[in-house]
Amino acid sequence: MYRYDEFDATMVAERVRQFRGQVERRLSGDLSEEEFKPLRLMNGLYLQLHAYMLRVAIPYGTLSSAQMRALAEAARKYDKGYAHFTTRQNLQYNWPALVDVPDLLDDLAKVEMHAIQTSGNCIRNVTSDQYAGAAEGEVEDPRIWCEVIRQWSTFHPEFSFLPRKFKIAVTASDHDRAAIKVHDIGLRLHKNDQGEAGFEVIVGGGLGRTPYIGHTIREFLPKRHLLSYLEAILRVYNLQGRRDNAYKARIKILVNATGGDDFAGLVEEEWSKIDKKEIDLPAEEIARIEDYFAPPAFEALSADSEAFEQKRKEDQAFDRWARLNTHAHKAPGYAIVNISLKPISGIPGDATDKEMDAVAAIAEQYSFDEVRVTHEQNLVLPHVRKDNLYTVYKALDAAGLATANIGLVSDIIACPGLDYCSLANTRSIPIAQRISERFADLGQQEDIGELKIKISGCINACGHHHVGHIGILGVDKKGEEFYQITLGGSGAEDASIGEIAGRGLSSDEVVDAVEKLVEFYRQHRQGGERFLDAYRRLGADKFKEALYAAA
Amino acid sequence: MKAVTGNRLTDGAVVYLADDDQWTVQLSRAVRIGDNDALDALSAAQTRVHEIADAYLIDIAENGAPGGRARIRESIRRAGPTVRPDLARQQETAA
Repeated sequence: MYRYDEFDATMVAERVRQFRGQVERRLSGDLSEEEFKPLRLMNGLYLQLHAYMLRVAIPYGTLSSAQMRALAEAARKYDKGYAHFTTRQNLQYNWPALVDVPDLLDDLAKVEMHAIQTSGNCIRNVTSDQYAGAAEGEVEDPRIWCEVIRQWSTFHPEFSFLPRKFKIAVTASDHDRAAIKVHDIGLRLHKNDQGEAGFEVIVGGGLGRTPYIGHTIREFLPKRHLLSYLEAILRVYNLQGRRDNAYKARIKILVNATGGDDFAGLVEEEWSKIDKKEIDLPAEEIARIEDYFAPPAFEALSADSEAFEQKRKEDQAFDRWARLNTHAHKAPGYAIVNISLKPISGIPGDATDKEMDAVAAIAEQYSFDEVRVTHEQNLVLPHVRKDNLYTVYKALDAAGLATANIGLVSDIIACPGLDYCSLANTRSIPIAQRISERFADLGQQEDIGELKIKISGCINACGHHHVGHIGILGVDKKGEEFYQITLGGSGAEDASIGEIAGRGLSSDEVVDAVEKLVEFYRQHRQGGERFLDAYRRLGADKFKEALYAAA
Repeated sequence: MKAVTGNRLTDGAVVYLADDDQWTVQLSRAVRIGDNDALDALSAAQTRVHEIADAYLIDIAENGAPGGRARIRESIRRAGPTVRPDLARQQETAA
């Protein structure tokens, strides 16, 4: 894992000190809220419905056990004993007092954590594949390049006041777990015909009120030129992105107004003017960062574990969990473990201090001290020996963290919605809870198979509803909560924006509607077809008909 | 009728302007303002920058609960997240 050098440490410490002074001046009345707001936002501090909210960056979703423990400790000390993992692999505290935030940030700085790049119109915290460095078939660890981007983008003077926020995601696998096609820039590391690794550069994707799938503006960018090429994209955007209308200020609007090919031309032209040597990292520096992401010392093991297979036969619940919540690892004898933060009736992405401590302890003992956060609001233990899976399962189960539902109907993304968020129109979490209760039976869930339900409480789409196989968007109708269903979206390598199914549904109708869709799918699926596959084969009309058929 | 609400500067807690011109966490103690005087009351409240993070007007229904278009939002602000009843703000008896 990356460790701070003296520059990182100094930068974070100075930022906390600076913010402490700003908070003091706000409390004394020297700064008005109008003056203070942009300053607090640059430090990840929002004001929500009930309290302030602090968003802490988890760069590329990677945490050490010590960092997880510090997050848990802060939840106890400064919050109400829990926190929320977000769809951008970050963590949010819902209740910190303004007067405590500088101390909270000081505590986090001790474990190399901060709230930089979690808000404001800058390049935000870079996200990645939660299986980075562990997945079978990966080109190389994408976090090397995430870290390169982090160092380049942090406090970048030219890109600190962009027209709007800017989100970059990086993956190095064919299977996209980082939703790269719906980011401002998505980077996919792959190999060309000569066997060299480079990036497919995808620009202008995004969700929100105007959803777009990104355009590939370059099929293959040699790795060493990543920063100069990103700089070219950001320069074109910084100059030509709209600043007159916040709703049209994201790069997706510019790319789609310009046209993908023409936008690519503008970037290439800008890139040709850039002195690449000035910006691209020297090979030694890339090698230095690479070293931080060297794989842990995996033992030479046989691919299969007898102990594991034996326990699967003995314990049916464990067998199901192993089937659904573990994933193939690149090292023989190891597995990737997913920890669901979606217990039946639970709040998607929420974790208590005790749960975080439990995960930290298990990761320390069984996963080379590493935890990952997923954009689907779950956690991952990236490197677990198959021999230890049963022990890990038991420890997770004891902590209430062994729900076997990864990728299933109850593994729902939901934004905080109107229960917490000042931008929301409707609640999201209660809908997620009721859907998970309706489909509580895990056997039934497994039979339904992969089904991604994503819920947003407003058009800003933090709950990624546009790319849900079933998306649910909350809308306010004259002071009542209504929900609009979208169908056929995907945030993976087969990315697509869901289509609106029809009239909005009341809060009471929405769970029945999901059940009708699922039933229709079960009756008409062929072979191993997923819900999404069946939708694409049968077409929107059939599903709409099923959805709105008179009860 | 209207009331003035805001979030307390020090901790962001939901507060309402009360009869005694102090901020209260109880909506039942909020001063009810006629629609004609509401903007003046709000302007006065907005000058108290060292006490609150922001201030705005909400509609109050006849039964004393939040009313108007924002009634769900303001009911949740008043009571706390509906999904965490354990963290509910002290429920007031109906005014």
